[in-house]
Order: sequence, then C-alpha cells, then structure tokens
Amino acid sequence: MIEVRALRKSFGPLAAVQDVGFVAPDQAVTGLLGPNGAGKSTTLRMIYTVLTPDAGEVRIDGIDGVRDGAAARQAIGVLPAQPGLYRELSVRENIRYFGALHGMARAPLARRVDELISQLSLGDCASQRAGRLSQGQRVKTALARALVHSPRNVLLDEPTNGLDVPAIRALREIILSLKAEGRCVLFSSHVMQEVAAVCDRLVVIAGGRVIAEATPAALAEAHGGSLEDAFVAAVRAAGHG
Amino acid sequence: MPVSAAGQFFTVLLKELRESLRDRRTLWTALLLGPIGGPLLFTLMMSLGIERGQTDTREPARLVVVGADYAPELVGFLESNGAELRPVEAAGDPERAARAALEAKAARVALVIEPQFESHLRAGTPAPLELLSDSSDRHADGVKARIARWLHGYGAALGAMRLQARGVSPDLVSPLSVDDVDTATPTRRSLVMLGMLSYFILLATLVGGLHIAIDTTAGERERGSLEPLLTLPVARATLVLGKLAAACVYMTVALVVTLAAFSVALPHVGLETVGMRANFGLPVSARIFLVVLPFVPVGAALLTLVASFTRTYREAQTWLSLVLLVPTLPIVVASLYQIEPEARYAIVPSLGQHLMITALLRGDGLPWPLWWLSLLSCTALASALAGVSLALWRRESLLG
Repeated sequence: MIEVRALRKSFGPLAAVQDVGFVAPDQAVTGLLGPNGAGKSTTLRMIYTVLTPDAGEVRIDGIDGVRDGAAARQAIGVLPAQPGLYRELSVRENIRYFGALHGMARAPLARRVDELISQLSLGDCASQRAGRLSQGQRVKTALARALVHSPRNVLLDEPTNGLDVPAIRALREIILSLKAEGRCVLFSSHVMQEVAAVCDRLVVIAGGRVIAEATPAALAEAHGGSLEDAFVAAVRAAGHG
Repeated sequence: MPVSAAGQFFTVLLKELRESLRDRRTLWTALLLGPIGGPLLFTLMMSLGIERGQTDTREPARLVVVGADYAPELVGFLESNGAELRPVEAAGDPERAARAALEAKAARVALVIEPQFESHLRAGTPAPLELLSDSSDRHADGVKARIARWLHGYGAALGAMRLQARGVSPDLVSPLSVDDVDTATPTRRSLVMLGMLSYFILLATLVGGLHIAIDTTAGERERGSLEPLLTLPVARATLVLGKLAAACVYMTVALVVTLAAFSVALPHVGLETVGMRANFGLPVSARIFLVVLPFVPVGAALLTLVASFTRTYREAQTWLSLVLLVPTLPIVVASLYQIEPEARYAIVPSLGQHLMITALLRGDGLPWPLWWLSLLSCTALASALAGVSLALWRRESLLG
C-alpha cells in the first residue's frame, strides 16, 4: 500500500507538485491521471525516492520513504518513464542484474527470471542483447526487471508510451494479473482509455494538485456518463484546462 | 531481505566489466590503442633517433672532390683523416660538375677546389673552397660537419705555420683553449630518451580507464538506465565504488599490457649499439608495475569524477581528453627542471611515479620510503576525488 500526504516539490521557481495526497491500496490498480506537466512523474519520483519532497510524507507499506529510502525501495518495483536497458547485456542478464542487486540468491533468482520471461513472453529474445530489441520487448524487459524481486508495490510511469496495440493489451493483462496477486499497482497516464480499462481507482492531478479522487464509474457519473468529459471538466474546474 | 553492500559492490563491478568487455570500441581503445600503440610509437621514435645518431658517426665521410689536382696536399690531408674521396673531372663549370655528382648520389657532400687555389695560398690570400651539401638531407649534416671540421683544422695548421715563419707564437691568436668533455654514462644518456617512458606508461594507463569511466557514469545517464538503477535498495556509495573499481581493473590491465609491450619492444631498439642501456627486464617491469599501481585509483577517481558531472558520452569525451593531460603535466615540469627523486616531489601523484620509474631505469633500485609516501598521498587524493564524485551522485540533479 502506498500512502502519500501533502507532497510538495519545487525546482527553482517552478512548483511542480504543490499539494498531492492519495492512497493506493493493495490488490487494486490506481491510476494517476493528468495532462502533460501536471506533476505525475515528479510525484512518482518522490514515491520511488529518487527525489526528496520539500514537504509531505510518503509511506510504502508503512515505511517512511523519505527517512528510510533503502527500506522503501526494497518494497517497490519501478518502471520509470525512460526505462533504459544495458544494450550490451542480454534480456536475461538485464533482469538478473537487478535481482542480484536486490540481494537474491543465485538459484531462486534464476528460477524467478525464467518465470518472468515466460510470463511476459520474452522467451524468443531472452538471450538477445537489449540493444537489438523492439520497443515492446524493451518495455517488457524493463518491466520484468522491475518485478524480479516480487515487490508488493509496483509503480509504472506512462508504461504504454511508444507501444503498439497488441503490446498495450499484453501490458494490461500483466497489470491485472499483478492486481490478482494482491499487489498494489500505481500507474500514471495521460490517456483516458488506458486508465478506464484497468483502474479501480483514479487520482486526477492538474497543476501539481489532486483535483479528484474516485472510482472511474463515480467520476464518469458525476459528469454525465463519459469519463473523458469528466477528465476534461475536472481539469477545467481546477483552472488548468 | 537484508542486502549486503559488499555483494552489491561485486555485482556492480562484475556487471560493468562484463558489459564493457562486449563493447568492441572500449576494448579496442582501452587495451590496444594506448597500451600497445604507445610503446610501438615510442620504440619507433627511439629507433629512428638512434639510427640517425649512428649514421652520423658511422657513415664514412664520403666526399665528391672537383679539382683534386689543384690541391694535392689538402686532398692528402683529408684522406689521412679518413675521408673517402670520389674525384670528379672538372670539365667546364666545376660547381655544376659537383652538383651533378651529388644528384647522382656519388656522395652527400661535395668539395670544389678552384684552379687558382695554390696561387692564393702562395700569395697568402684566402684560398677559395666550396663545400656543397643539401641541408634538407639530415644524413648530410653529420658528414658535412666532420669535413668542415677537418678543413678548419687544415686551415688553422697552415695559419700557425705562417705565424711561426714570421716569429709569432700561434698561441697569441688562440686566447682560449676549450676542451669538450662528455660526462654522460651510457645509462644516463639513455635516460634522457627514456624519460618519456613514464609519460607513455601513465598515459596508456589512464586511457585504459577512459571509456569504462564514461560508460558507467555519463553513459548510464544518457541511456536512461541510471534512474531505474537508483530505484534499487543500493547505496549510492556502493554504486560509485563499484564503477570506480571497474575502471581500476581496466587501468591495471592496460598497465600490464603496456609494460609487457615495452619489455618486448625496447630490446629491439638497439640501445646497446650506441652504448646505451635500458634496464627493462622482468624485475624492473614488476617494480614499475608496483610504482604505478597506487596511481591507478587516482586516475580512476579523476576520470569518474569528471565523467560524473558531464551529461552525455560526447561531452564526457571532450572533457576527459583535456583531463588526461593533467596527470602528465608534473612530468613535463619535472623534465624541464630536471627534478631529482626527493620526498617533497614524490608526494605529488604522477610526479612521484615518474621519479621512481626514472630511478628504476637508471638502475638505482626502488626507493621504498618514497613508494610508501606515494602510496599514502595517492590513496588520500583518490579518496578525496571519490568523495567529490559521491557528493555529485547524491544530488538530485544527477538524473538531469
């Protein structure tokens, strides 16, 4: 479970995140929705501890992410917006490197890597160097790398960027299976349809603030049945349209 | 799940090594270009230098003489000094005949004696001689210098006789008597040339760590693999140290290859033929390795530091090609001022290495107190540089 309270972060004069708070429960998919530049990535980066908040609190399974970053990082798996791989290493080696850094022993790690490779249908390219992969294979490898230590909490920053329709569909199934396993999934997107397809809860962000937090159905209902209208209306109402 | 920092350190180290071993470009420049190309270049330079020095003194003083009949005594004097004469008929223009003989490669230097040579001598007026040589032909310089010296000697002897005939002591016109004494021992002479050796060794060692240092820092950031890496429960100090260690491994291998290349190549230079000696057997190589080893972490930390605050591979390359010169500067200064191995100099990393290498090549043995001093100062500097790198890595702006 990820709990965020009153997060604030500025870069010089730019207040990227002004007041963001929400809860992403276990066994649920929470969507972080907002227009470009709304502060989604900055919020996620504070949750996965590469940025330190100016104010506010991040708790991951109860662990204070600001004070005890290393412990918090053990409980999360992250797919950043630009998930670079090591081009000279194979798919398998890329995944294994992260598992080893998580302190996994050799044999369980090998088993887990095989499991992920078959789950994400990476079998055909498992021994290929990452530099030769397609965009879809690259994202899947980066996802496998994020999941190698079976984290309770999974953070995905715009995971569908650059993917084609079959790859997006495959990713959707992976997200749903993560939820079925009882994990907390938090993912950001600026595309309505994606979010509607998998999310149990929505957190809408604009201008660095949370402007709505509800289930997709409730949000749509409040704005006449269309989730897209609801999104646009919510952003407008907050004065960021 | 408790994660051991030592385990993570080795995971990072091994991964960086494995990855860069697969990159041809890295391998090529790190282990071939610097460590083998450097010694080859150096050996080539030395060989050419020695060959030139040899031809100067060993080549017979071959000389085309036009009009030998006009000055039989002078010609006899030159021959008795060891000149190999190639007389040419002075048909028509004697200078043109001399030029033609030079063109035909009869010799590198030609002497033209005018028909009125003897009459000038008898009259006591300066007798004209013409010495022809091509100043762009480096081999001609030595021969010409020797022949000019003999002619000058002949003239001086004639002058002395004239003075004596008039009752004047020739000593009156030679107020100075300068004796040239060369005190260089063969080893010392070779040191001047071999002084550049330490420069080549340090440079090749640095170049060995160049690509991996960039790849693991600026490269990691440029590829976008840094951010995922920072989401792992790994301390940044562990990451920095692992990457530093990878650069150290590369530099150490480059150092070994460089020394091996030198110990294979230097015996072929032919130092002995000119009375020089290169102490570069296995014992000296092993000691040079020991001497340079403390410098390896300094170089690795310097490269990592600079590569850590550049944003792209290209930017890092530009900066580092400048930074490569920094550790070689003290060596240049030392050569200019002929600094001797003393504690206060040996404490400067790279200068200390240079001074100790020079001492070893001179056959003086390894000055152990200086080595320990150098180890201390190198370790201190490397730690300081690594500390600054770590501070850079702890900043949020690392991700750009």
